[in-house]
Amino acid sequence: MTDLARRSFLRTGAATGGGLLLSLTLPLTGGAQAAGDGPFAPNAFVRIGEDGRIVLVMPYVEMGQGTYTAIPMLIAEELEVTLNQVRLEHAPPDEKLYGNPLVAGVQATGGSTAIMASWQPLRQAGAIARTLLIAAAAKRWNVAPEACRAQAGEVLHPATGRSLKYGALAADAAKLPVPKEVALKDPKDFKIIGTPAKRLDAPAKVDGSAVYGIDARPPGVKIATLAQSPVFGGRVKSLDDAAAKAVKGVRQIVRLDDAVAVVADHMGAAKKGLAALKIDWDDGPHAKLTTDQIARELEQATLAAGAVAETIGDTAKALASAATKVEATYQLPFLAHAALEPMNCTVHVRKDGCDVWVGTQVAARAQAAAAKVAGLPLDKVVLHQHLIGGGFGRRLEIDGVTRATEIARHVDGPVKVVWTREEDIQHDMYRPYWFDRLQAGLDEKGRPVAWNHRFAGSSLPAGCRLASIRAWIRTVSTARSISPMDCPICMSNTCGSNRREFRPPSGAASARRTTSSWSKASWTNWPPPPSRTRSPIGSPSSKNRHAPKPCSNWQRPRPGGARRYLRVLVAVCRSSMYSAATWRRSRKSKLPRTARCGYGASWRRSIAASSSIPTR
Amino acid sequence: MAFNVKINGKQHSVDVDEDTPLLWVLRDVLGLTGTKFGCGMALCGACTVHVDGVATRSCVTPVNALQGSEVTTIEAVGKTVAGARVQKAWLDHEVVQCGYCQSGQIMSAAALLASTPKPTDADIDGAMSGNVCRCGTYGRIREAIKQAAQSGSKGG
Repeated sequence: MTDLARRSFLRTGAATGGGLLLSLTLPLTGGAQAAGDGPFAPNAFVRIGEDGRIVLVMPYVEMGQGTYTAIPMLIAEELEVTLNQVRLEHAPPDEKLYGNPLVAGVQATGGSTAIMASWQPLRQAGAIARTLLIAAAAKRWNVAPEACRAQAGEVLHPATGRSLKYGALAADAAKLPVPKEVALKDPKDFKIIGTPAKRLDAPAKVDGSAVYGIDARPPGVKIATLAQSPVFGGRVKSLDDAAAKAVKGVRQIVRLDDAVAVVADHMGAAKKGLAALKIDWDDGPHAKLTTDQIARELEQATLAAGAVAETIGDTAKALASAATKVEATYQLPFLAHAALEPMNCTVHVRKDGCDVWVGTQVAARAQAAAAKVAGLPLDKVVLHQHLIGGGFGRRLEIDGVTRATEIARHVDGPVKVVWTREEDIQHDMYRPYWFDRLQAGLDEKGRPVAWNHRFAGSSLPAGCRLASIRAWIRTVSTARSISPMDCPICMSNTCGSNRREFRPPSGAASARRTTSSWSKASWTNWPPPPSRTRSPIGSPSSKNRHAPKPCSNWQRPRPGGARRYLRVLVAVCRSSMYSAATWRRSRKSKLPRTARCGYGASWRRSIAASSSIPTR
Repeated sequence: MAFNVKINGKQHSVDVDEDTPLLWVLRDVLGLTGTKFGCGMALCGACTVHVDGVATRSCVTPVNALQGSEVTTIEAVGKTVAGARVQKAWLDHEVVQCGYCQSGQIMSAAALLASTPKPTDADIDGAMSGNVCRCGTYGRIREAIKQAAQSGSKGG
């Protein structure tokens, strides 16, 4: 099978999928809305054509987490269709329609928020469509809507045994006013939600027909690969591309300020051309910066004055008078996301418009990034969303789209920029580096009397995770002093919780090993971290986010009325959370800058220093 | 120079350098994008195809080494007995997550079953250890291979 046309229009048949029809429809030109729009589109998530085609638009992108199965389940439940009756479509970039209410309205797939954010709105989307279809049928039959019900893509009138398929009702339903409120099903009547549905994306992923961003092949596409400055902030000093140009299949060399790309007929030629380039780099202001240096500075920061988040009791005194003191330090290194699908983005820049083919966790941001580089208004940039071969937070960043568009501006026709694996790892926006120092004080019987936690690192996870720490051990001191970091970082899965949920328990374990049997029991009951404190939007508990109850003996009165002290001190230093744009600015200014993007209020302030930590 | 390569039963003539890896001929020249690029160094297995029935990393297999050989890719492996069984088992066990590595996983598994119809755990480890899955679907991969082997031994 060498069907060269199928990249632009993929449809997986029923052969291996047990009757499933999954359609990921992405036209190569024109608007992002697919052809075959039905006349009935009561909201941004459901379209039903007169041909009976039921299209569900996926506001959150599939990258392995199963969202292209779970979200159809929510809609189909209320729409009263079966999963094998629906076709799926990627949502186009549009934050008004597809913004994530749990991420401040940004069109973002991340933070394990998709189902929580969709739980009520997408069931409502299905229910609205169902209500209108029933109303259209009732009108046609001249019966009360209450006398009708929907089932498996049809409206039934049980009293007379009549039925009409949704497709036959689509045109009529489209003429009815959309109700503002609709009744959602009682959970006891759920037929799909709560069942172990088969993944809708699986059939296309076992026969090679699934289309990821790296598989985009607009007509005439060239393939490019690139070398970016091996030192962050460096730039191209000189370039000899004669040998690269002589490689068969190489069409063009694109020199940028801080990168060189080889454009070729295929990746084999592009890679060969890249290897033949002679690039002399100016390493820039960070030429001598090393990971060791960053680690040393973070370690020092945990000893220096920081900013206290919260204190209970006199921790310094309690630690100083403790019979036994235990200290543990931890380091969490920079880590590349290493998604199996290397970074890639295909862009076609024209005078009057631009097309972008990419798998992204932030479609609207990606569209905006391309528009900015291409110098075009947003509505002239069409972004074609794709399946993602692993996100892990890396594809919450838009540096790859920016870079591809910078290259595409110099290329006549579409160009697919594919990063080599080496480039993908070296130019990742890393999970942040953290240094933690934990101290425990035990009394003469080995009972915990003081707890002190200082950490230094990038600010990224601090804001989103402190609440959980607070819920966990009841008392947390929060404060941050921020200074720039010279290495680009971004979200990575559990970049906060993998330190939060390991280090304090691990520190407790260190203390426990030194203690008597009584306190062993006490430490053993160290509470499990609260893994979820959020509830789905619209669920009864969403307005009442109960903090998990700490289950340790810390809550229990101690024998003899002894006091205990607890303090966690948080010092966030050298911090920044760079977006690609801020990183780029910092390179241009030759200064590493502190930047914040994505979470809460600015972390860029310096906060009062804490009291000193008692030492052993 | 043009090279003749037989892919999924069909002859193709491709005009590329002789050392061009098969992967790029498949993906960029012929448009068979089911075979994936992961590392380019035969370290991850995403690019696995069959060359004369043997699981082969296409990212390091030069096109001039394929004269007279039959190449099978994920797009056609379902036409083989072992490949069809593996694909069915993959669906039955819901193996995939992001799915990007799964073309290579399936090609390795199908080659294993074609040569070793009743693999032991050690056989499975040996055949599959070169295929990396970032989502961590290994447990289900093992179960699916066992099911595919069992369905084969039943003559199914």
